[in-house]
Amino acid sequence: MDATPLLEVRNLRVEFPSRRGTLLALDDVSFSIAPGEILGVVGESGAGKSLTGSAIIGLLEPPGRIAGGQVLLAGQRIDNLPYEAMRKIRGRQIGAIFQDPLTSLNPLYTVGRQLVETIRTHLPVSESEARQRAIRLLQETGIPAAEARIDHYPHQFSGGMRQRVVIALALAAEPKLIVADEPTTALDVSIQAQIISLLRRLCREHGAAVMLVTHDMGVIAETCDRVAVMYAGRVAEIGPVADVIHRPSHPYTVGLMGSIPSMDIERERLMQIDGAMPRLNAIPKGCAFNPRCPNVFDRCRSERPDLIDAGATRAACWQVEPR
Amino acid sequence: MTAPADSAGAPLVQVDDLAKIFDVSAPWLNRVIDRKPRQFVHAVDGVSFSIRKGRTLALVGESGCGKSTVARLLVGLYAPTRGSVSFDGVDVRSLDPVQLRTLRRRMQMIFQDPFASLNPRWKVLDIVAEPIREHGLVTDADEQRAKVGELLASVGLAAADADKFPHQFSGGQRQRISIARALATQPEFLVCDEPTSALDVSVQAQVLNIMKDLQRQRGLTYLFISHNLAVVRHVSDEVGVMYLGRLVELADKADLFAQPRHPYTRMLLDAIPDIRMSGRQRTPVQGEVPNPLQPPTGCAFHPRCPLANARCSAERPVLKAFQGIQIACHAVEEGRA
Repeated sequence: MDATPLLEVRNLRVEFPSRRGTLLALDDVSFSIAPGEILGVVGESGAGKSLTGSAIIGLLEPPGRIAGGQVLLAGQRIDNLPYEAMRKIRGRQIGAIFQDPLTSLNPLYTVGRQLVETIRTHLPVSESEARQRAIRLLQETGIPAAEARIDHYPHQFSGGMRQRVVIALALAAEPKLIVADEPTTALDVSIQAQIISLLRRLCREHGAAVMLVTHDMGVIAETCDRVAVMYAGRVAEIGPVADVIHRPSHPYTVGLMGSIPSMDIERERLMQIDGAMPRLNAIPKGCAFNPRCPNVFDRCRSERPDLIDAGATRAACWQVEPR
Repeated sequence: MTAPADSAGAPLVQVDDLAKIFDVSAPWLNRVIDRKPRQFVHAVDGVSFSIRKGRTLALVGESGCGKSTVARLLVGLYAPTRGSVSFDGVDVRSLDPVQLRTLRRRMQMIFQDPFASLNPRWKVLDIVAEPIREHGLVTDADEQRAKVGELLASVGLAAADADKFPHQFSGGQRQRISIARALATQPEFLVCDEPTSALDVSVQAQVLNIMKDLQRQRGLTYLFISHNLAVVRHVSDEVGVMYLGRLVELADKADLFAQPRHPYTRMLLDAIPDIRMSGRQRTPVQGEVPNPLQPPTGCAFHPRCPLANARCSAERPVLKAFQGIQIACHAVEEGRA
């Protein structure tokens, strides 16, 4: 990796205090993103992938709180900033794209007004300059007749077009990092393909790094440089996309890849990981995956593995440890 | 309870020119004041297909293409505006209510959302036993319990789970309860409306495996509705591709995936992310599904179609046999594709 990563997450812990004790939602999550890099974060529901995104942009829903670790943006800690300081960073340095394009836009304002407001909040430009910039952004995201569409309200756009507006909003202040949380999950496949290629192209052009959170391995394969696979609030495996997909080391990644119906290989039965991900209040001792793991041995049940070098990737699994 | 001795390969379900039109007009007073016309959505517009015994037909398409409406028409949750559904050679319209009830026992449905399709205030025992009680198949309470235990075991759950409530189960387990309930009347035909699209991939694999095992063991016939072509490829024997209420291509799975002919089918296949990163050549997808209230003239796909010409925008192509498959496309027929 590069000398100074754009984003560095070190041993991040997120807790949810509840009446029945504290739930550990993220446990010792570490990774980094280089400038201009696209990192995919993949996992099943409840693995903590969206939570990692919210923790980074400082939008954890209370009572969730960061209980340990650090988040560094270009070498500066941002996890302990006061609310107002963090608000300036959001939008200016970190842009965010959420799953549902309808709820991330204000239905009462035209998209132009929302874009202009975002631009003028973060950049010292005049109203008319901001408007010109907004039109240019809408054009870049492939919205036809942007000069006219800028004065329309969100409900006048289709789902795919709204997500384009949201991408324009995220890019409005030229942030260095975009956190995209399931940006295509609410969209149809034909629209998904358009949005994914748009996101990738625009981020390359604007030099923005992306943390792409999704449950769709296909989207990851298409878009990302590296991928982190999460399981039960921990990173199970991280590495270059091609290596994680073709030569996974962690048994969970192996099972996850095998359970995806393939367009190329014909199989009578899909590979199956029995059981389900543990609930947060019942994460097993040792490796969180041990009750479902086909290769489990004694050490897995007692001692928790850290990320260990496993060829091209790093996997949290005792199996890959050189002996 | 056993099916009549039929020659292998006879169609179990036959659908002819099925159509459903929904009235989506504004209320009468608004129409009078605003001088708005009545508005209709042709959700399903002349769909014909048949499914042979023990086979799986998958319907694929994007949101709003009418695939779920077809599913609901088949099991009788909607009444068709036009066209007919025949089950085992009998036209459903010709049946009286008593006969219909008997027929219902032979077809069941699995819904998309495992959180909405189970009554949260009922125990699993009552949920799974409801069809048995409703059809009076088993009346003795102990026998019912034994039967439910058997059904739960067949989908990989424990008999003891019968005394739990739905909220005690995960999404994948709930979908198994749905399957157990659907199997309770020993149906021959299951309509599965996106049964795995609300599930995570590893759980989806579990449910798909169970569905395939059950099909093999019990000789079930499936209509499988999905928007996910990779899942469709895994489960189906035949595939119908729908666009704005009509079938545009209907072919054997092997043919459809080896040589997709309709430009829309090709576009759908090209839109699937290439997970193995094989470097497959793809053409970028263009445009969006048009508003079903104002469908385009001629072929509904022509505004997005790279092969469209004047004929496509004027004349609507009909589904007809072409080189062993069925397709509705002027370009393919004329050899322009």
